[in-house]
Amino acid sequence: MLADSPTPRFVPVARRIQETGDVVTLEFLFESAGDSSPQFRPGQFNMLYAFGVGEIPISVSGGSVDTKRVLHTIRAVGAVSTALAKLKRHDLVGIRGPFGKSWPLLDAGGFDVVVIAGGIGLAPLRPVIHHLPGHRKCYGRIALLYGARAPEELLYRRELDQWRCTPDFQVRVTVDRAGKDWLGDVGIVTKMLSKIRVDPADTLVMMCGPEPMMRLTAQTLEDFGVDSTRTFVSMERNMKCATGTCGHCQFGPHFVCKDGPVFAYHEIADILKQREI
Amino acid sequence: MKKIEELLREHPFVQNLEEEIVAIISGCAKNVVYQSDGYVFREGDPADRFFLIRHGTVALEMTAPGREPLTFLTVKGGEILGASSLAPPYRCSFDARAVELTRTFAFDARCFREKCEADHSVGYAMLKRFMPPLIERLQTARFQCADLYGGGNR
Repeated sequence: MLADSPTPRFVPVARRIQETGDVVTLEFLFESAGDSSPQFRPGQFNMLYAFGVGEIPISVSGGSVDTKRVLHTIRAVGAVSTALAKLKRHDLVGIRGPFGKSWPLLDAGGFDVVVIAGGIGLAPLRPVIHHLPGHRKCYGRIALLYGARAPEELLYRRELDQWRCTPDFQVRVTVDRAGKDWLGDVGIVTKMLSKIRVDPADTLVMMCGPEPMMRLTAQTLEDFGVDSTRTFVSMERNMKCATGTCGHCQFGPHFVCKDGPVFAYHEIADILKQREI
Repeated sequence: MKKIEELLREHPFVQNLEEEIVAIISGCAKNVVYQSDGYVFREGDPADRFFLIRHGTVALEMTAPGREPLTFLTVKGGEILGASSLAPPYRCSFDARAVELTRTFAFDARCFREKCEADHSVGYAMLKRFMPPLIERLQTARFQCADLYGGGNR
């Protein structure tokens, strides 16, 4: 059992996929480290340690619960993430986890499910997207709304095309700006809400993206009639220990690493509006 | 063939609008179709019309020398285009290009403004319909300006 493990396992990079200019996906095969399966649930994160640089929380962006394969998608924005993004095949990474609460896939049973992602926020939602079509009978209508900065910064482009072709799966993509060759939508992700067919009274939303985007979208969802108790968001804070011990990721009465990163929106809506927290 | 007033009633912009007002404003409207890659208007053009898009997509673009045109918003069926025609200096501030075959109701802006001025109940009803999409576009511009998708890792 890896959860709550205080020491990292040393796992080699099995594959490196350059997603965009500054985003890579690293694949890890735990069996090559002689380890047991990570048994992650969609929405959970691992602590990834780049040797000599530091450790950061990164969501699991793919893999499978019944194999020893785990994917992490990383944007090179700080010292640790930049070091991780530069790793090559066979380089070792220290991995602790998985940690945190997962997306409410069981609670979503019977509901229309809308997945809303902004930028790198698609990474923690990708396992959900992998799950939904395979369990189609468990859910009502399903939809993905994805906003990114520009077409060249869209993640998982090949998969995105596959998802678009998946029957009964509504996929809407919008970007902030685009060139003439982009034939899709340009604009804010909330604008896409009116373009999908769901029953707001029976809809459950899973959302991850920049906080201002999530706040605006959550409000818009309420305006559409989606109950805020059925809107779930994944939060990002300064997670260090990942076990709720050090207090770095305290968010009001919550520790994001332990009580989150997935929260029901109504649990955190008030503190999410406070800029001091 | 349906009259323009009948067609107009099907557009989301006039949903729940008094029939009398629809009849008044429809006198300023005509059907205009743009082929794919056709320009609805260009930056600097007199803003003498506004549009209700029936079907299709229009890309709002900015251009700069040595750069590809930049699309900062797309507007689609059910949306408005050309609000610059409602306030001085009545000048278009960007290019609007049809991305695909696009059908519109094009309103003569002077005719429309005169009707709003002549009957303030018409003007106020229109104000209430123009404000929400314009506020949404302002919000979109703020988010784009903040470049929210630029950082973070989870």
